[in-house]
Amino acid sequence: MSSTPVALRAPVRKVELTVDGETVKVPEGSTILDACRREGHEIPTLCFGPTITPKNACRVCMVEVEGARVLVPSCSRTVEPGMVVHTASDRVKHSRRMVLELLGSSVDLSTTANVERWNHEYRADPGRFGRPSFSDAGVRDAAQAGHHHLPPAGDHAIAETVHQPATVDNDLYVRDYAKCILCYQCVDACGEQWQNTFAIGVAGRGFDARISTEFALGLPDSACVYCGNCIAVCPTGALMPSIEFDMRLAGTWDASRQTATDTICPYCGVGCNLTLHVQDNTIVKVTSPADHDITSGNLCIKGRFGFGHVQPRPAP
Amino acid sequence: MDLHFHDARATPVEQAAVDALLGPPVTGWAGGERNATDRHGSTGGADRARAQRPHLLPALHAVNDRVGWISPGALNYVCQRLSVPPAEAYGVMTFYALFSPTPRPPRVVHVCTDLACLAAGASAIERELTDTIGPAGAPTADGTATWHRSPCLGVCERAPAALVIEAGSAPRAATVCPASPETVAAAVRGEPPAPEVRSIAAIPQAVRGDRDSLVLLRRVGVVDPASLDDYRSHGGYEALRRAIALGATGVIREVTDSRLLGRGGAAFPAGRKWEAVARNPVRPHWLVCNADESEPGTFKDRVLLEGDPFAVIEAMTIAGYATGCHTGYIYLRGEYPRARQRLEGAVAEARQRGFLGDDVMGMGFRFDVELFRGAGAYICGEETAIFNSIEGLRGEPRNKPPFPVDEGLFGQPTLVNNVETLVNVLPIVLGGGPAYATIGTDGSTGTKLFCLSGRVASPGVYEVPFGITLRELLDMAGGVADGGVLRAVLLGGAAGGFVTPDGLDVPLTFEGARAAATTLGSGVVLVLDDTVDLVEFVLRIAEFFRDESCGQCVPCRVGTVRQEEALRRLANLGADAGRRGGDDIAILADVAQVMRDASICGLGHTAANAVESAIERLGVFS
Ligand SMILES: Cc1cc2nc3c(=O)[nH]c(=O)nc-3n(C[C@H](O)[C@H](O)[C@H](O)COP(=O)(O)O)c2cc1C
Ligand code: SF4
Ligand code: SF4
Ligand code: SF4
Ligand code: FES
Ligand code: FES
Repeated sequence: MSSTPVALRAPVRKVELTVDGETVKVPEGSTILDACRREGHEIPTLCFGPTITPKNACRVCMVEVEGARVLVPSCSRTVEPGMVVHTASDRVKHSRRMVLELLGSSVDLSTTANVERWNHEYRADPGRFGRPSFSDAGVRDAAQAGHHHLPPAGDHAIAETVHQPATVDNDLYVRDYAKCILCYQCVDACGEQWQNTFAIGVAGRGFDARISTEFALGLPDSACVYCGNCIAVCPTGALMPSIEFDMRLAGTWDASRQTATDTICPYCGVGCNLTLHVQDNTIVKVTSPADHDITSGNLCIKGRFGFGHVQPRPAP
Repeated sequence: MDLHFHDARATPVEQAAVDALLGPPVTGWAGGERNATDRHGSTGGADRARAQRPHLLPALHAVNDRVGWISPGALNYVCQRLSVPPAEAYGVMTFYALFSPTPRPPRVVHVCTDLACLAAGASAIERELTDTIGPAGAPTADGTATWHRSPCLGVCERAPAALVIEAGSAPRAATVCPASPETVAAAVRGEPPAPEVRSIAAIPQAVRGDRDSLVLLRRVGVVDPASLDDYRSHGGYEALRRAIALGATGVIREVTDSRLLGRGGAAFPAGRKWEAVARNPVRPHWLVCNADESEPGTFKDRVLLEGDPFAVIEAMTIAGYATGCHTGYIYLRGEYPRARQRLEGAVAEARQRGFLGDDVMGMGFRFDVELFRGAGAYICGEETAIFNSIEGLRGEPRNKPPFPVDEGLFGQPTLVNNVETLVNVLPIVLGGGPAYATIGTDGSTGTKLFCLSGRVASPGVYEVPFGITLRELLDMAGGVADGGVLRAVLLGGAAGGFVTPDGLDVPLTFEGARAAATTLGSGVVLVLDDTVDLVEFVLRIAEFFRDESCGQCVPCRVGTVRQEEALRRLANLGADAGRRGGDDIAILADVAQVMRDASICGLGHTAANAVESAIERLGVFS
């Protein structure tokens, strides 16, 4: 009988660096964010998600690395031996405050986790730029690259926002792009990194950049397969299952009264883990754990949306 | 890839335009007739799709050139041909200002409202056009034309300027210079503009017969840009011969010894980049000649490309030889029709005569040049955005590290250099690096092309050794136009800073500019006198950055908007009683710092430079 050799994992080398004056040792390949979190430093993140390659677009997680001319995104920069990192210098704090103010003044962050606390901590005042602007449906979709638009005549007290009405074009989920911080995660989840469906992309340029299907077609006409894997990664609630959206609108959504129960999807042999979110004895949402080694938080339409038969849907 | 396409179909005309570029479709999967083998086997999958992706921008150009806009059906067809998901292709096409996703008349007149043209009265043209033709973007009564405001068209020496682009079976593009309400209205009606002046007209030194001081520009206006033989009879291809005698490492040694610094704005030592690419064991290597030239007030590369296109090709060949690249892309901005035509001709002739191809000049190495046309995006001049643009992705800058010398175009080691940087290599190779380094100063060697525009008596490109002062340069150009009173000079472009009349003794070197807290940038010297409304000028800079931000990172995407809003409020302070100007000055300072500290790329890092310097040095709002 031949014995199978036990596969030994190559030892992971450790890298030593300094974070806020303390020496830290972390496995090679870790990000600065990993190193900071291990040491208990809280670093705010917005566009970063555990299942998607960091796009480092929001710039709220910036830290100062000695020797670098500009600040460095901790969520994506890997550690190097001897790095000297400052997570709370004046430059860092200024930049955090400003990112929170700039985003907060242009995007509805009411369903983004932790923002209120961070605003307080960094003394961010998103209201300082002026009154928020409002737009009708389709206005942002029609903006063309490089074409300058001026504020409504004479009204210089307006701070432009990405406001637009929520897009409700199917029964399963709502796209409320007034809440979108353009983290690119949904695009990457729909495309190359998970689903390989490529129903959505980033369109337009600059402040007019937006998540869109081709020619802003409705989802039913697009390539969307309603797996909802974009919802799973969306950090802001811009993408939301219709049930949750409607309940929030009606004021009946109450996370504090919800329980989460893990189970296994009954539909097919893949055996995805499901987490059933139950409020008042009714399933109100289904997710999958982001750290689950089969799903990484992803599901298909059946697992994510096909729970209506278990019990009657709550009246919207 | 299993792609989903909605129902819209390309018209036969759109289809033919794409097929003229890509050849006829061979399978039903790629938008052709279904044939018997279509149901069997794969058509190449992801690798094939990836390999075809660089055709995306050229294919979008093909449609836009033919019909003037890109319809849903045309986009579908392009996507089928190239296996690109339509949502991604839509994201790419809506990134570029020259493409329209909505119906648009075939003839579009782009009226420059940027800095040099603003100083030359572009606002009056804009107003007049709005009154007589209609608002920007609206079609004319007969539906054949429209006009748009445009960022700098790179012909600032002839400001104000316009560019007419007409789609059709024989698409055309032509510069309208100088633009006036009459000439632009004629262009809108479809009358061909007056022929462009010769390239030499952009070089006052040459016009005056003062050619001896010219090194980079010495052939412009003398040599026939369409003739390889004429190029050779003016010393062309001697440098390549010499380069091959020196060998690749020899060439790099000369470039390093010359201490040549990049002329695209970042002033990085060229020798270090060349060496890093040459040494990189990963193959293949790629070369990119950055001819995106879109910094407002910059037009030096255009003059080189139009006036001496073979010099650019020869310099690229040397760079390719020295660093082990077999293909060099010239990324040319979409608004340079004459440069495009000259380069197309020069590349074709060099290829036909064996100066490009599998065995360059019979010397036993392979090198070819691909001309790649941009489509209206300043950001694509950023050295990593240019890769994404060529690869058929949105022209968003990439995160650095990795740097281009390690992972650049197609993820491979890549040398990116500005046109002017590359052309410097010819005198370096011919005369030797150390000799070159004796010109200029210790920190800034060689000669530099400066783009003088605005309210200056003789605008144009000036070639001078590094180290002369701004005052001397202005004197060479005859001082302020019409005997006006100098208010300020914008040095380095929209990403640069202002110099006041008492600062004119700043030596024009990289180190001198740095010491004066400004930058030479791309060589912009834009002269402002008391006829120019400084507030309007600064606002235009802020508009530019807002319009040209790629939108990827928050500090720049939102910061450029907040910067413009605050400036508008300051400009209208009198009418806006509710606010104190101090709030807006503080907003500008706060936004400036976060853009500088936390943006991804150089656009965000520099988007507040000129605004800050206008407030601090020119006191525009005090
Ligand atoms: C927003 C932005 C636009 C740029 N545009 C250009 C350009 O049009 N041409 C250019 O040569 N360099 C441009 N650059 C600089 C390039 O990133 C890069 O530094 C340069 O091409 C390197 O060539 P060099 O070393 O020969 O200067 C730009 C940089 C930024 C940040
Ligand atoms: S919709 Fe959500 S996931 Fe997508 S870019 Fe916006 S915030 Fe990110
Ligand atoms: S979520 Fe979809 S793939 Fe996963 S087990 Fe259920 S049916 Fe199968
Ligand atoms: S700084 Fe501006 S242009 Fe550069 S990546 Fe960020 S948003 Fe894009
Ligand atoms: S969390 Fe790192 S850049 Fe957004
Ligand atoms: S051509 Fe108008 S500013 Fe350059």
